[in-house]
Amino acid sequence: MANTPDYHWPPMDQRKVIGTSPKRLDGPVKSSGRAKYTSDLKPQGMLFGAYLISPHAHAKVTSIDTSVAEKLPGVKSVYVAAPAGTEMQYQGWEVAAVAATTEEIAREATRKIKVEYEVLPHFVKDEDLASAGANAKQGGERLVGDPDKAFADAEAVSEGHYGIPVVTHCCLEPHGQVIQWMGDSINVWPSTQNVPGYAGDLSQRLQVPATNIKVKMDYIGGGFGSKFNPDAWAIVGANLSKNAGGRPVKLYLERNAEQMIGGNRPSAYAKIKLGGKKDGTITAWQTDSWGTGGFQAVSPGQQPYVFTNLPNIREVRTAVSVNAGTQRAWRAPGNQQASYLTCCAIEDYAHKIGMDPIEVFKLNAQYAPTARIETYRYQLDKAAELADWKKLWRPRGQNGSGPVKRGLGVAIAAWGGAGHAGKARAVINPDGSVAIETGTQDLGTGTRTIITQVAAETFGLPMSQIKLSIGTSELPADGGSGGSSTVGAVSTTTRKSSMNALAKLYEVVAPSLGAQPEELEAVDGHVRVKGSPNKSLTWQAACRKLGSTQIAEMGENVPRSAQAEGLNTQGAAGVQIADVSVDTETGIVKINRYVAVQDCGLVINPKLAESQVFGAIIMGIGTALFEERIMDAQTGRVLNPDMEFYKLAGIADIGNLVVHMDIRPENDKRGVIGLGEPPAIPICAAVGNAVTNAIGVRVPTIPMTPDHVLAALEGRIG
Amino acid sequence: MSSKKDSELPVPPKSGFSRRGFIRGVGIGSGALGTGLLETEAAAAAPATLGPGPVPITLNINGKPVNLTVEPSVTLIDAMRNYLDLTGAKRVCDRATCGACTVIMAGKTVYACTVLAIDAQGKNIETIEGLATGSALHPVSKAFYDNDAQQCGYCTPGFVMACKGFIDEHPSPTEEDVKHGLGGNLCRCGTYMGIRKAVLQAAKEMKGAVKNG
Ligand code: FES
Ligand code: FES
Repeated sequence: MANTPDYHWPPMDQRKVIGTSPKRLDGPVKSSGRAKYTSDLKPQGMLFGAYLISPHAHAKVTSIDTSVAEKLPGVKSVYVAAPAGTEMQYQGWEVAAVAATTEEIAREATRKIKVEYEVLPHFVKDEDLASAGANAKQGGERLVGDPDKAFADAEAVSEGHYGIPVVTHCCLEPHGQVIQWMGDSINVWPSTQNVPGYAGDLSQRLQVPATNIKVKMDYIGGGFGSKFNPDAWAIVGANLSKNAGGRPVKLYLERNAEQMIGGNRPSAYAKIKLGGKKDGTITAWQTDSWGTGGFQAVSPGQQPYVFTNLPNIREVRTAVSVNAGTQRAWRAPGNQQASYLTCCAIEDYAHKIGMDPIEVFKLNAQYAPTARIETYRYQLDKAAELADWKKLWRPRGQNGSGPVKRGLGVAIAAWGGAGHAGKARAVINPDGSVAIETGTQDLGTGTRTIITQVAAETFGLPMSQIKLSIGTSELPADGGSGGSSTVGAVSTTTRKSSMNALAKLYEVVAPSLGAQPEELEAVDGHVRVKGSPNKSLTWQAACRKLGSTQIAEMGENVPRSAQAEGLNTQGAAGVQIADVSVDTETGIVKINRYVAVQDCGLVINPKLAESQVFGAIIMGIGTALFEERIMDAQTGRVLNPDMEFYKLAGIADIGNLVVHMDIRPENDKRGVIGLGEPPAIPICAAVGNAVTNAIGVRVPTIPMTPDHVLAALEGRIG
Repeated sequence: MSSKKDSELPVPPKSGFSRRGFIRGVGIGSGALGTGLLETEAAAAAPATLGPGPVPITLNINGKPVNLTVEPSVTLIDAMRNYLDLTGAKRVCDRATCGACTVIMAGKTVYACTVLAIDAQGKNIETIEGLATGSALHPVSKAFYDNDAQQCGYCTPGFVMACKGFIDEHPSPTEEDVKHGLGGNLCRCGTYMGIRKAVLQAAKEMKGAVKNG
């Protein structure tokens, strides 16, 4: 293109749609129950699938007989996923599946499959590293500076141990898909965070050309990091469909399987020692941490978290393998754990030297990445102000003489959040209609709404005039929605494709306005000459000049060069404070108030941003107070693969939430940064610190259940 | 085993129809949702033998009778979703914990995963599909939209029906009432802040509508 348009975001004070809070576009269709999720679909001729999963934590299939199941009337196909000889490494491993004309028949048939197992020894508990033996694998060692000398010189040393267990994603819509494999082509309607990447993955696993695979998904009932690839169930479902002559098959996990194999967040445990000065400066950090990602060994994230430039560090990380379902990315992978371990250890150091933890966090922000130091200091002050910290915070053990103690705790978070690689197409039609087409997905984060806002801003049109298409593999590919990378990508691709399309339109209409194309702008439903508002055409009149030719222009986000364009970037910071009351007789923790201060660069829709932060905190409060996947050492089974005993936070459990989006000009000018993950990071740490502050002793292990709280009060865990 | 212990087990239905796979009904959640479903089921058991194969039944859904043929073990949520394409209500926990399957039956909010379709016969069943006509939004749905009370939206239809049932019984709720009355529904995306506001807004609007109407 001769003249590359200036893609920069309009200045803050000139924006008309960006920075405002129109309601989410898919709100009506969702709140009226009309939104069709892929688990709601029933294409013509669809069969219902059902799974048979391993009841054992570790076993070998010695024989499998599907003959009775196959003869059951209504059964159309049976697929064995674990033939004789397969060694299964956790409970819930896929053994076989059936497709039948009704769900009842499919389930009945799975019960008629005869499997014999040779049960093998299992190991499922990871809290105690000493018991892990050969299941523990070296996950990395790190030495920075001279920690021995720093500890020897330290004016104060604090020590503690901390733990954060495995939790599950517990998406309300389980994993699965409707899939149809006919000859050399596949139609699939998955529940996925990665519409654009799905066909490529499936193609490799089924040896069907990616171009013959059509993927479509309008709505997804939660992913949180757990729904990227076509999993085992897509392969099994596809084979069931093929064996049934190409009829579509619906195969979603039952809740128990969802909790066992649908993804989980790795655990992390650590023994941590800190040394430093009496003024609060930390000078030495020693950490020995371990955790499990299920059968796949995963070690905890690097510590100290955020305070990465600390001068003297000794770190040993260990990965423990257990016979349990495999971890998946969980809304800021590794970060909740690292934040918990780091922020609890710093709080313990503050207590040791008798300082207010906010001051200790502020002082040690000097060790955060340079660009973020002042942001953290500002946010720590802001959060403290919103939480009434100065008035309400008391040193440990000074929180009243009654049985109910109030406490405050602080924690911090960092995240990248730059846009992924992606493309969008902007179309201007001669009748004035405008379309944006991009193969992304809206996880409920508001992607549809913010794309439409960016297009409306760029074209100078109302949002209602933009027609948006997303959610199929036939559109220009965007990326998977992970790493909070979607908003940066789609805002950039929409902006660039729209500006590129406008540039073409300007070429056509410039002569009739007696101006050069680059002198034109699209504002308020008109195309006009910059600086001469009376030299203008209505949008409709301008588009009519296209005759019968449509404009269709692409826009691309290239992560390497995106930062230079200024449209999206990375590096979000956040500070959160929990205010809790703890009943020291029952051990029950109640959230009074929860404050979050969050930066995410330029905010396209503050209301939707606030909803994201609310959601992240609420999910985090569930993990801080209730959630834990509990394994039985004897049988190796998950004891709570349901929603009764795997307890999510309810509407009464969350207290009052206060969210402050840090939309200052210095943040805005950095461009768009993702938000799905950053505010989900520090909740366990803030709540854990608040509980500890309330009752006067460290409760080392999340969740803050009555059991853990009372044990700490009684000195049962040291 | 003592006879006392036996007598404490739920009374088996006299009809002897199959309840294959039906180990449900325990742990009905707190809040607005009804109780006593097990007794209702037992009482409704017809003397004639039904099943285990499919039997014809008639459900009265959103004011219209619909005929379908299902095994007696089929729950109301599965009947709606798998046989009638009424997919607003979702099957999530399938064990009376989350409320995603909430519908209003005989004026009470119930977990449709915990009601057998054959036992739902003869009762008026209201689902989210019947809440409003055409593209108009019911005041509860509108309040969810206005207060951004949905993200992924998978819990939303159940929540909307639970809110409708709650407001029918508590026309002037306080925020505290809302927290307790809607404890029987769960949202993983964390939309509770919006829902709290939505219920209060909807209650106000629905009261206004009654007064004006
Ligand atoms: S699906 Fe019925 S309560 Fe969860
Ligand atoms: S909006 Fe996603 S579960 Fe409630």
